[in-house]
Amino acid sequence: MLAIFIKRVFMAVPVLLAVATMTFFLIKLAPGGPFDAEKAVSPQVLKNLNAVYNLDASQWEQYTDYMTGVVQGDFGPSFKYPGRSVTEMIASGLPITFELAMYAILIALVIGVLSGVLAALKRNTMLDFIPMAIAMIGICVPTFLMGPLLVLIFGIQLELLPVAGWGQLAGDKILPSITLGFAYAAYIARLSRGGMLEVLNQDFIRTARAKGLTERMVVMKHAMQGGLIPVVSFLGPAIAGLLAGSFVVETIFQIPGLGRFYVEAALNRDYTMILGTTIFFSAMIVFFNLISDLASLWLNPRSRDV
Amino acid sequence: MKNKNSSLWSDAIYRLTRNKAAMIGGGILVALIISALLAPWIAPYSYSYQDLDLGASPPSAEHLLGTDILGRDLLSRILYGARVSLLVGFVATGVALVIGVSWGIIAGFFGGRVDSIMMRIVDILYGLPFIIFVILLMVIFGSNLWLLFGAIGAVEWLTMSRIVRGQVIGLKNQEFVLAAKAMGVSNFSMFKRHLLPNILGPIAVYATLTIPQVMLLESFLSFLGLGIQPPMSSWGTLIKDGVESMEEFGWLLIYPGLTFTITLFALNFFGDGLRDALDPKTTDN
Repeated sequence: MLAIFIKRVFMAVPVLLAVATMTFFLIKLAPGGPFDAEKAVSPQVLKNLNAVYNLDASQWEQYTDYMTGVVQGDFGPSFKYPGRSVTEMIASGLPITFELAMYAILIALVIGVLSGVLAALKRNTMLDFIPMAIAMIGICVPTFLMGPLLVLIFGIQLELLPVAGWGQLAGDKILPSITLGFAYAAYIARLSRGGMLEVLNQDFIRTARAKGLTERMVVMKHAMQGGLIPVVSFLGPAIAGLLAGSFVVETIFQIPGLGRFYVEAALNRDYTMILGTTIFFSAMIVFFNLISDLASLWLNPRSRDV
Repeated sequence: MKNKNSSLWSDAIYRLTRNKAAMIGGGILVALIISALLAPWIAPYSYSYQDLDLGASPPSAEHLLGTDILGRDLLSRILYGARVSLLVGFVATGVALVIGVSWGIIAGFFGGRVDSIMMRIVDILYGLPFIIFVILLMVIFGSNLWLLFGAIGAVEWLTMSRIVRGQVIGLKNQEFVLAAKAMGVSNFSMFKRHLLPNILGPIAVYATLTIPQVMLLESFLSFLGLGIQPPMSSWGTLIKDGVESMEEFGWLLIYPGLTFTITLFALNFFGDGLRDALDPKTTDN
C-alpha cells in the first residue's frame, strides 16, 4: 500500500513537469506578442515592457525563471490586467470554484448514491425505472442547456431564486450548485446501481443473509462497500469534468470563480493567465486522481496486498 | 469463417430490431442525417437570409420555429447547424477511431515492453485535463474547423485503445492467429485480415457511444465562444445565442436545445442497443 502510494506520487511529478513544459512552449508558439494592441506602442516603451515582463531574455532563461517561480507559487503577472498577478487571480477565484464544486459533488453523491442503491434493491419496479429515466435525462441534457433552463424556470418564470452572482443574495448558490451537480448525480446513480447489482449476486452477500443479518445490515455494511467502488473510482476523473462544468456554470451565473477567469483569459488571449491556470488545473487533477486511485485501492481488499 | 461471421451479425441485427428504444433512436438518427445532407434543398430559407422587418418573431406559418434577433429563420439554421454538429461528431470520432484502434492493436499484439510503455502513456494521458488542452490549442491556433476535429479526436481515443487492446490480447493466442503467424502472414495483413474483423463489434459499439460525447464537447466549446465561429453555426452556437436572448425570446433556446437533446438521446439509445445486440453478456449497467 505504502509502496504503491510512493510510486504514484513519484510518477505524478514528471508528468506535471512535462505538462508545464509543454504548455509553456505551446504558448510561445502563439502568434503575436502580448502587447500587440490596436494602438501601436513606441519601440522604447515596448522595450521597457519586454524588460519588465522578462520577455527580452532567451527562451530557455524565461522558461527556467518561470518554472522557479511556479515552484514557489508565483505564476507571474497577468498580461491583460496590469498590476494583477496570476497567483492573485487564482487565489481569489479558487475558493469560490472550490465551494461550488463541493456543493455540486455533495448533491451528486447524496442523490446519486441514494437513488442508485434504491434502484438496485428494487430492481424492475417503478423505484428503478423512474430514477433511471431521470438519470438518462441528466446525461443527455448538457450543463449549458440545463443551467439556462433552470434559470428560465426558477429564476424568471417562478421568480423563486436569484439567477446570478455568488454569496451576494440569499439562495444564489442553489441554482449553480444544482446545475453542476445534476449530471454527476445521474452518472453516480447509474454507476452505483450497476455496482450494487453486481455485488448483491455474490456469495458473501448470501452468507451475510444466511447468518441472519437484517437486510439493512447486509446492504449498509456488506454490499455498499463493494458496490460503491465504481463511484469512488469515478470521483477522481469527475474532478476534471467538474472543472469543465465550472467553466460553463460560472459563465452562465456570472460567478467570479476560477473557471470564468479561465474562459475570459482564453477569450482575451491572456497568455500568462492561461499558462498559469493550465498548470494549476493539471496539478489539481493529478492530485485528485491520485487520491481517488488510492481510495479505491483501500476500499477493495483484493488489491490491497498487491 | 464467412458463415460464422454473418450469423453473428444477423443474430445481432435480429436482436437490435427487437429493441424498440434502439430502433426509435436509429430512426431519428437516419432522419436527422438525411435532413442534414439535404439541408440546402429542404430548408425553407438560407441560413444567412435576414428578414429585417421581422426581427425576432415567434413560430408562425412562414417561419415554423420562428426567427432570431436578426430575422433569420430558426428552422433553417437548425438544419444547417445539424450539418456542422453531425460532421464534427462523425469526423472527430473517426479520428479517435483511427488513433485508438491502431494504438490498441499494436500494444495488444506485440505485448511485453511495447505494450507496457504504450499503455502507461495512455494511463498518464487519462489523468490530464484534456479539455483544457483543446481550449489551449483553439486559443493558440485559432478556431479552425479541422483543428477542432483533430483536437477533439485526439482527446477521445484513449478509451478506444484500451478496449481494442483487451480484445486483441484475447484473440492473439487463438488457433487461427497462430496458424496465420505460422504461415508467415505479415503483421499488417494480420491486423487487417485477421484481427480487425473480429473486433469490429466492440469498436462499432464504442464508436456510436463516442459520437454523442464528441458532439457535447464541440457544443461545449462553441457555447463558451471557443469552438465554431460565426457566420458558421452549430447547435452549440445556436444554444449560446438562445441563452443570450432567452428572457424575451424563449423559443430561440427551446428548439435548438430540444433538437440537440433528442439527438443525444437517440445516439445513446442506439449505442446501448447495439452493445446489447452484439454482446448479450454485458446488459445494462
